[in-house]
Amino acid sequence: MDKMLIVSANPHIRDKSSIAKIMHTVNLSLLPAVFAAYWFFGVRAIFLILVAVVSCVLTEAAIQKFRKIPVTVSDGSAILTGLLLGLNMPGNVPWWIVMLGSFFAIAIGKQAFGGLGFNIFNPALIGRAFMVASWPVEMTSNAFWTQPKTGLSMEAVSSATPLNMVKSALGSDPSLKTVDIIRDAEISYLDLFLGNVSGCVGETSFLALLIGVIILIAFGYVNWRVPVIYVGSVFVLTWIAGYDPVFHILAGGLAIGAFYMATDMVTSPVSNKGNIIFALGLGFLTFAIRIWGGYPEGVSYSILLMNCTVPIINKFTVPKKFGFVQTKKA
Amino acid sequence: MKYTFRGGYHPPDGKSFSEKMPIDKMPAPKIAAIHLHQHIGAPSKAIVAVGDDVKVGQPLSEAGGFVSVPVHASVSGKVKAIAKVADAAGVKSDAVIIESDGKDEFFEGVGVKTDYSNFSADEIKKKISAAGIAGMGGARFPTHVKLSPPAEKKIDYIILNGVECEPYLTADDRLMQESPETIIEGMKLMMKVVNAANGIIGIEKNKPDSIRIMKEKTASEKNMKVIELEVKYPQGGEKQLIVAAIGKEVPSGGLPMDVGVVVSNVGTANAVYEAVALNKPFYERVVSVTGESIKDPKNVLARIGTPTTELIEYAGGVKEDVYKIINGGPMMGAAMYALDAPVHKGTSGILCLSRENAAVYEEQPCISCSKCVSVCPSRLLPTDIQLNVQHKRYEEAEKLGIMDCILCGTCAYVCPAKRNLVHYYNIGRAKIAEMKKKK
Repeated sequence: MDKMLIVSANPHIRDKSSIAKIMHTVNLSLLPAVFAAYWFFGVRAIFLILVAVVSCVLTEAAIQKFRKIPVTVSDGSAILTGLLLGLNMPGNVPWWIVMLGSFFAIAIGKQAFGGLGFNIFNPALIGRAFMVASWPVEMTSNAFWTQPKTGLSMEAVSSATPLNMVKSALGSDPSLKTVDIIRDAEISYLDLFLGNVSGCVGETSFLALLIGVIILIAFGYVNWRVPVIYVGSVFVLTWIAGYDPVFHILAGGLAIGAFYMATDMVTSPVSNKGNIIFALGLGFLTFAIRIWGGYPEGVSYSILLMNCTVPIINKFTVPKKFGFVQTKKA
Repeated sequence: MKYTFRGGYHPPDGKSFSEKMPIDKMPAPKIAAIHLHQHIGAPSKAIVAVGDDVKVGQPLSEAGGFVSVPVHASVSGKVKAIAKVADAAGVKSDAVIIESDGKDEFFEGVGVKTDYSNFSADEIKKKISAAGIAGMGGARFPTHVKLSPPAEKKIDYIILNGVECEPYLTADDRLMQESPETIIEGMKLMMKVVNAANGIIGIEKNKPDSIRIMKEKTASEKNMKVIELEVKYPQGGEKQLIVAAIGKEVPSGGLPMDVGVVVSNVGTANAVYEAVALNKPFYERVVSVTGESIKDPKNVLARIGTPTTELIEYAGGVKEDVYKIINGGPMMGAAMYALDAPVHKGTSGILCLSRENAAVYEEQPCISCSKCVSVCPSRLLPTDIQLNVQHKRYEEAEKLGIMDCILCGTCAYVCPAKRNLVHYYNIGRAKIAEMKKKK
């Protein structure tokens, strides 16, 4: 035999998984949410999502070109950041803000840390936090939130989000009941579940995001403990504190945060135990910000704060090694 | 009851190439190169000289210490040289090279039936060590040493490993189907040596024929049972097999005897029987020559010292698309540097794999998907250990349990970033051993 053979370390066979396969599956699992964004907030929602995706991909490619390292945009991770960022935009936000936010998400949130796998924070949330800090009016004021089903053209009627509504109503009269406030605004639980309410274009539909995350859990790309415990702990805490738990899990960005942002592999803990602690922390922080904080919504800051704790959670949740456990007698 | 362990993963098993092929006795090679050191422990010392005539089964060396076993001539003929020969991993060491005279004559007494029913434990043990038996599952630990626990360690179980969880390999499966009686007799002999009350034979559920036959043959034995293990790699790892069989974890850094167990491969049990009952030393073994890139996959009874090239030719030669040739299984075997490397006591298979199956990938950054953490049978954090080795933080890697790693490769198998985790563990372990030596 005169043919050259390959020599390398074991194992010699590998499964068919790849980072690109994981990322593109996550991207595809967001299609229901993208469709819901179009359904409720019209063409402008799709336009914003496209601006975010294209900006993220171009930023990543440009930085990698500049650093003279292989361009890896085909792995789908920049597309994912763009999708998540675009889905997290108020319907009437100016497109150039989305573009700058996307640039910041990739350049500072991801590439400055060393690129895929090295970022501490979820890049899309870094982008969003940057935008909220830089353009607070466009990102949070009622004028830029849009009423669903009114913006099938490029302009839409503005409307406060349910969380904003409840927060300001409770602010002026703490004796009010959440159920009554949303009933007065003609919002039903079904509206909240389907996404027929004001909010970020891709966050309102609990249903669409739920479909996506079930797909990801089935593929094994999402540890079910994180979304279940995060949503569950928000439910329990708001319930104990005397608020409307169903409203709190259906409204705002909890679904997209718990299903897609908190479950980001790179920025969540590795062990099951670590993920449980992480999810409980998320639930508590979201509850605390929403109920006691100045903001109506607390999901994105909760996740960013818990992202910082991941290294220390990992350190304290190292699994018990084989041979260190007392086992049952046969 | 489900017999299994925590962690692990089931890769496509590739057994269909050779699982139906009966063991095929391959003719003796013209030239056999028999390494003096083909077991864990001290190398054996040659007792023959160049020019000597030797016969099949004749000892070529004597044990170089307690943890050592001799090697035996696998062909009859003349000792041509005692020289450095590369093994499958490309490491050169002394080997006795015998040129066959083609007569295949047996050394005096070899193959003669002996009545062993009155043998004492010590006599059996002596026979086992004199026959040069070292574990055939791949680790090649001298069997008589395993069977010599200190007096305070009571051995309750002999567990025979018929798991064969490595994909592709079918040597043990075939042996269990074709000579179940000798395997069972071998187990009885080992039970007698260590005075173990119970015998367990562990077989993965994907070998129904072996399970059926072994169950039939042990039906009348009250203190023996066959357990059907869930199909999951690395079920055949010694510690994984013990925990599945009797629910006890071998302590970190400990040995099976610490939980009252001696584990032995089914092939080894067969060799023990042959050594004691037939006075036949360990000079041949079953090797699966298989894979998608070999023309005629086979289970071959090959002489120790047969060059790999001859095994491959015997199995019809390689196909055009051959990409990697592996000594052992695809998960833990070694990619071969030199194809003339001779068959060893631990050679369970020669695999010829195509590019499609054995592709070498570019490493990508770890995305902390934690897949490796969920499959690690030693419950380590493979990705953390790998990163620490990569950044030369060996003490940290040691704290994280790099020495508890069994190098099974399951983490690297499932890694979506295709990181070469085992490669780094090998480096890290070597560096840590080096550091300890210096101290």
